[in-house]
Amino acid sequence: MQFWVIQTLNSLALGGLLFMLSSGFALIFGLMRIANLTHGSLFMIGAYVAASVLRGGYSLVVAAIVASIVVGLLGAIIERFILRSLSGNSQGQVLATLGLSFIAADACLMIWGGDPIPINAPEMLRAPMQMFGFMFPTYRLVVLFISIICAVLLYLLMERTRLGAMIRAGVDDMQMARAVGIPASQLFTIVFSLGALMAGLGGTVGGPMLNAYPGLDADMLPLALIVVILGGVGSLIGTFVASFIIGFIYTFGIALVPDLAYVILFLPMVFVIAFRPSGLFGTIRA
Amino acid sequence: MMKKYALYALLVAILIILPLFFGEYYVNLGSQIMVAVVFAASLNLLVGYGGLTSLGHATYLGLSAYTSAWLFQNFGMTHDYTAVIALVFTTFVGAIFGWISLRASGLSFLMLTLALSQIIWGIGYRWVGLTNGDNGIAGLTRPTPFGVNLEISNNFYWFCLIVTIVCLFFIARIVNSPFGSSLKGTRDQEKRMSALGYNVWMIRWVTFVMASFFGAVSGLLYIYLNKYIHPSVISITSSAEALLCVIAGGAGTLAGPILGSILIVLLKNYVSGFVERWNMLLGIIFVFIVIFMPAGMAPGFTQLKNRLFGGKKP
Repeated sequence: MQFWVIQTLNSLALGGLLFMLSSGFALIFGLMRIANLTHGSLFMIGAYVAASVLRGGYSLVVAAIVASIVVGLLGAIIERFILRSLSGNSQGQVLATLGLSFIAADACLMIWGGDPIPINAPEMLRAPMQMFGFMFPTYRLVVLFISIICAVLLYLLMERTRLGAMIRAGVDDMQMARAVGIPASQLFTIVFSLGALMAGLGGTVGGPMLNAYPGLDADMLPLALIVVILGGVGSLIGTFVASFIIGFIYTFGIALVPDLAYVILFLPMVFVIAFRPSGLFGTIRA
Repeated sequence: MMKKYALYALLVAILIILPLFFGEYYVNLGSQIMVAVVFAASLNLLVGYGGLTSLGHATYLGLSAYTSAWLFQNFGMTHDYTAVIALVFTTFVGAIFGWISLRASGLSFLMLTLALSQIIWGIGYRWVGLTNGDNGIAGLTRPTPFGVNLEISNNFYWFCLIVTIVCLFFIARIVNSPFGSSLKGTRDQEKRMSALGYNVWMIRWVTFVMASFFGAVSGLLYIYLNKYIHPSVISITSSAEALLCVIAGGAGTLAGPILGSILIVLLKNYVSGFVERWNMLLGIIFVFIVIFMPAGMAPGFTQLKNRLFGGKKP
């Protein structure tokens, strides 16, 4: 019984983490029609920056704030100076992000070296928590909690604010949105930066679960792709649901059939694409 | 027209006698380039002529190489059987993956090919019981077609040259056939082709299957050349390198993948000898080419030639 409860909680925590990673990817894809292949790298850079801040003796909260801001700014720079010069050429943009992901991976290797850097959870969250006769790893609960807060904030941003309304308009019909005077240029930078910020935050919050190591980017990017394809490109609800589905499949897969876990991970995506090419909740067929 | 064929014949003759003047290192480098050429040319069918950017083409090289190596290791099969099974099996997987990937188009197609290639990578890297995981499969041999010993580098070079020329010949025939024209039609004007009664989906799928077949051929050459395989061959980096060969050379041209492969293989061999940062360089070349030379080198050279010697406008 303990096994199932713990694995369920692990699945939920991983699902929450995947949501933080993939929601930015989904937003960027929905609005700008860019498959941002640097997303895994941004996640990794977030984790590394957080590790450095922690080494400086600051708390994880400070690390999370610094990492989100740094990665968010990095996203803005990528959008402004590289993707912008390729606007209208979505294939070129994807290839540019692919090239950038190689540069980022190598740069991280150069700066932080090849050994994994552990990221420790705050002291008070390390001890397991006792509830209903079960022991819970406290930090995983915190991850789940933070990711749900992020999801709610993102939902409110999209549904209740002027910025959100502009983003939704842009996702539905970019030309029309431009025609009614929505500043698409600023919007692109803001959304890309926001997506990057979420990835950086995810890297920090997920740090104590995953640590910062070379290759983290290549591990996370496929997960983001699966989530987004499964949930349906450009749909936040779809991303949310798919994140938890993948979280469960991956966690239980590793626990029960470790050799095949990685392959099983892709099966739901393949099935969904076979019968419903736009994904579970998707409306766009890109 | 005659002049053109004479030029090709001269080029082939030079390539044939080349190994007689160079040391073993350079001969092996030549073989390595030819493996990359076949691989890039197969991808070019999809990317250049079909307008379908695949980010998972290393799957087909890796799968065919792995199949051949695995059958040899586990069942001691001879090379003629392993080669046939590897080609058939890889093409079959290509047919399935193509069917799935082509459920979507554009960027979703790209993401699907990447995700599907990760399945094969996952099997190669994580399913240790089947594929020996991170250790790869070693201890392989080269075949001896018609009693020719391919362990000698010169012989292997000529073997690669024959296979490469045959593959490029067929790819050129496909591209210049009516089928090739309809393929280019689906790239440029999908809706019109559909309105004219062409089955756009079928044309793309058939191209995908053919691309995976030629990818499988390059996989066999790869495994014979290296006699060892590691899961990194199926990684995203490997797919991206092939894509870079195509784009750097010029997607949608026959010479493009050749030029691109020569450039990338030479760079990889020489530069990684001086600096450790091959990935960084790969990324920088990628970004540079996408932004500044989106058409690649082959069209650039054609323009240069026309400017120097006159001739038709491209």
